[in-house]
Amino acid sequence: MPNLIRNRALVNDDPWLHLDDDDAVPTSGDVTVSWQRWQTEKGEIGALNGRLGVRLDGDFPIEELDTLLGLPLIVVHFPAFKDGRCYSHARLLRTRHDYDGEIRATGDVLRDQIAYMERCGINAFEIRKDRAAEEALKAFDEFSVDYQGRSNRAFPLQARRD
Amino acid sequence: MYQYDHYDQQLVDERVAQFRDQTRRYLAGELSEDEFLVLRLQNGVYIQRHAPMLRVSIPYGLLSSAQLRTLAHIARTYDKGYGHFSTRQNIQYNWPPLESIPDILADLAKVEMHGIQTSGNCIRNVTSDQFAGVAEDEVEDPRPYCELIRQWATLHPEFAYLPRKFKIAVTGSARDRAATQVHDIGLQLQRNAAGELGVRVLVGGGLGRTPIIGEVIREFLPERDILSYLDAILRVYNLRGRRDNMYKARIKILVKAMGAEAFAEAVEKEWQHTRNDPALQLADEDIARFKAHFPRPEYRTDVDTAAVDPLLDGNEAFKRWYTRNTVSHRQPGYRAVVVSLKSPAQAPGDATDAQMDAVAKLADRFSFGEARVTHQQNLVLADVAVDELEALWRDLDARDLATPNVGTLGDMICCPGLDFCSLANAGSIDVASDINRRFDDLDYLYDLGELRVNLSGCMNGCGHHSVGHIGILGVDKKGEEFYQITLGGSSANDASLGDRLGPAVSKDKVADTMETIIHTYTELREGEESFLETYRRVGVKPFKERAYA
Ligand code: HEM
Ligand code: SF4
Repeated sequence: MPNLIRNRALVNDDPWLHLDDDDAVPTSGDVTVSWQRWQTEKGEIGALNGRLGVRLDGDFPIEELDTLLGLPLIVVHFPAFKDGRCYSHARLLRTRHDYDGEIRATGDVLRDQIAYMERCGINAFEIRKDRAAEEALKAFDEFSVDYQGRSNRAFPLQARRD
Repeated sequence: MYQYDHYDQQLVDERVAQFRDQTRRYLAGELSEDEFLVLRLQNGVYIQRHAPMLRVSIPYGLLSSAQLRTLAHIARTYDKGYGHFSTRQNIQYNWPPLESIPDILADLAKVEMHGIQTSGNCIRNVTSDQFAGVAEDEVEDPRPYCELIRQWATLHPEFAYLPRKFKIAVTGSARDRAATQVHDIGLQLQRNAAGELGVRVLVGGGLGRTPIIGEVIREFLPERDILSYLDAILRVYNLRGRRDNMYKARIKILVKAMGAEAFAEAVEKEWQHTRNDPALQLADEDIARFKAHFPRPEYRTDVDTAAVDPLLDGNEAFKRWYTRNTVSHRQPGYRAVVVSLKSPAQAPGDATDAQMDAVAKLADRFSFGEARVTHQQNLVLADVAVDELEALWRDLDARDLATPNVGTLGDMICCPGLDFCSLANAGSIDVASDINRRFDDLDYLYDLGELRVNLSGCMNGCGHHSVGHIGILGVDKKGEEFYQITLGGSSANDASLGDRLGPAVSKDKVADTMETIIHTYTELREGEESFLETYRRVGVKPFKERAYA
C-alpha cells in the first residue's frame, strides 16, 4: 500500500530511501539523510549515483535554510502532529527562499493536518502507516477559501479580494 | 459592525461541514480520542465534568441582536436554558450533547458565528474594550484592527499548532479596559509625535499558574505593519517556545527566559524579512475598508438631554442604576449602559435564554441593534439616548438585569469552578454567592467604591484572580476546598499582581475574611482613597494581622 501523496495524488513508485545515520550509503538510488549526517558527510554521499535529500525537524535553525536550496527534496519531520514548528520551516522555504523542490512531511502526518501543511508549502505527505492515504486526499477539498493564502502566492486580505 | 461577505461565510460553512465529518469519524471510531481532542478543541468543544462544553467566539465582544437571539435559541434548544459569558468576551454552554454540536455550529454559521479557535493551542478570540467607538478617552477605535487580526489569525496554517494557547488584546483608549498587560500580546493604539497612528506592542503577559505582566517590546509600530509584526512574533514563538512541558509553554515563559530585550531583537530580526511583504503590509485602502465596517451610528440630534434630570431626582432606584451602570459617551445626549449579569440570584456572567432575548430586543429598540460582552462578564448597550434611559431601565429591571452594582464588590468576575469545570479544585460560584449574601447592602457597596473581586476555581486563573483588587483562588487541601486570598492586583493601566494575604482559608471562612479585609480598608482609608490606593499605601501587613488574628 503506497502511503505517499505528492501534489494531491497517490504515488506508487517513490524512489526515495530514508537512511538512518548508521545505515550504509548504497551505491545508487535516491536517498535522504538527516541534516546532521549531511553536514559531516555530504562530500562522500554526494558521490553517490543518485539524488540526495535532507531531513530536518523542528530544531533546525531557520538561518540555515538557505544552505539547502540546491536539494531536490527537503523532508520536514513531525514527531507528533501537535508539534507545529516545521510549518514555519516549510513556509519560509517557499516564501523567503523561493525553494521549488519537493517538501515532504513525515512522522505523525494525518488527514486533519495536511491541508494546513499544504498551505505552508509542503507538497508531499507520507501519511502515517496505520491510516489510508486515499482517505486523506479528501482533506484538500475541505476548504475553498482562506485568509492567508498559499505560501507561494501573496494572497489578498479582505480589502483586496473581490 | 463587521458583516460577513460571501467569502467569510463560505469559510465558516465549510468549517461546519468539516467538523460534522470529524465528529462522524470520531463517533465511528475512525479518529482516536487524542486526535479528535485537538480537532474539537479548535472548534471550542471541551469535555467537562458533566457533559461537553461548547465555547462560542464573540469577536472582540461585539454582537448583533440577531446573533444574541441565536445564542438564546441555542441555550433553549440544545442546552439547559442558559449560557455563561466569559472573561474572554465569549459564551460557554455547559450541557450540549456532542452529537448536536455540528447542528449548533450550523445554526451559529447562519448568523456569522462559530467556535473556531476558542480553545486549543492556537490564536484565540481577539479581545478588546467594551466601550470601543464610544469611549470619551479613545484615541482610535480598536475594532477595525481587531477584525483585521481576526481574519489574519483565522485558520492560519502556520500557527495552528503553537506550543500553547495564544491570546491577543487590543485597546484604543488612554484607559486600558482590555487588560492588554496580561495577554500574550497586547496592542495599544496611539499616535506618535507626528500624529501618525500605530500601536505600542507588549508581549509575554498572562495569567494562569505563573501570572506575569507583559513587557513593551516596541513603543511605536506604524499601523501598516501590525500584521507583519504579529507574524514575526508568532514565528519566533512557534519555533522557540517550549514544547516539552505544557506549564512552561506559554510565550510569557519564553520572554522571561530570553529576556524581553533579546526577545524583541529576535522579533525585529525576523520582521526585517517580512515588513515589506505585500501580503502582510496594510495599505491605506485596506485599513479604510475595515474602518468602513464600523461607522458611527446615526445618532439622534433631538435628544432631550434635560429629560433625565427630574427622573433622577424623583426615583432613587433609577438614580442608583444611572450612577453605577451607565457610562459617559463621546456623543452628547448618549450614554453607554452596562447590563449587569451580576444579580445575586444568578451565577456571575450567566444569562438565561429569556434574558438574552430580552437584551436583543432592547438592543433593537434602544441601541442600534448591537450589544457587547465585557471581560468583567457583563453586557453593554453602547449607544442609548439619555431620554430613553428610564424606559430601558424599567425593562432591564423586570428581567433582573439592572442590579446597580457595576464596578462594586458585587460585580465579581467568577469562573465556572467545581460546578462545571473538570480542572477545578474548588467551587467559585457558591463562594461568590456567599459573598453576595454577606454584602447585600447596596449603600455599603457604594461607600466602598471601586472594588474588583475576582474568583478562580483553580490556578489556571480563568477568573483573573491574580489581577483582582481582591483575588480568591480555589485550592485543594487534602480533598477539601480552601481559598487563597490575594490583595492589590489590577489589570488596568497600573497593572499588578496581587500579594498573598497568608495561608488559604476554608470555604466557610471566605466571607468572614472578606469582611475583615473590607473593615480594615474602611478604617485605614484616607479621604476618597479607593481600596487599591489604600492597599498600595499601607501594604499587606495590616490586612494580614487582622485576617489571621
Ligand atoms: C470550563 C472549562 C474551562 C477550562 C477547561 C479552562 C482551562 C484553562 C486553562 C488550562 C488555563 C490555563 C492556561 C495556562 O496557564 O497556560 C486557562 C486560562 C484562562 N481561561 Fe480558562 N478554562 C475554562 C473556562 C474558562 C472560562 C469560563 C473563562 C472565562 C470566565 C476562561 C478564561 C480564561 C482566562 C482569562 C485564562 C487566563 C489566560 C492566561 O493564562 O493568560 N476559561 N483556562
Ligand atoms: S480557573 Fe480552573 S476551575 Fe476555573 S474555569 Fe479555569 S480551569 Fe476551571
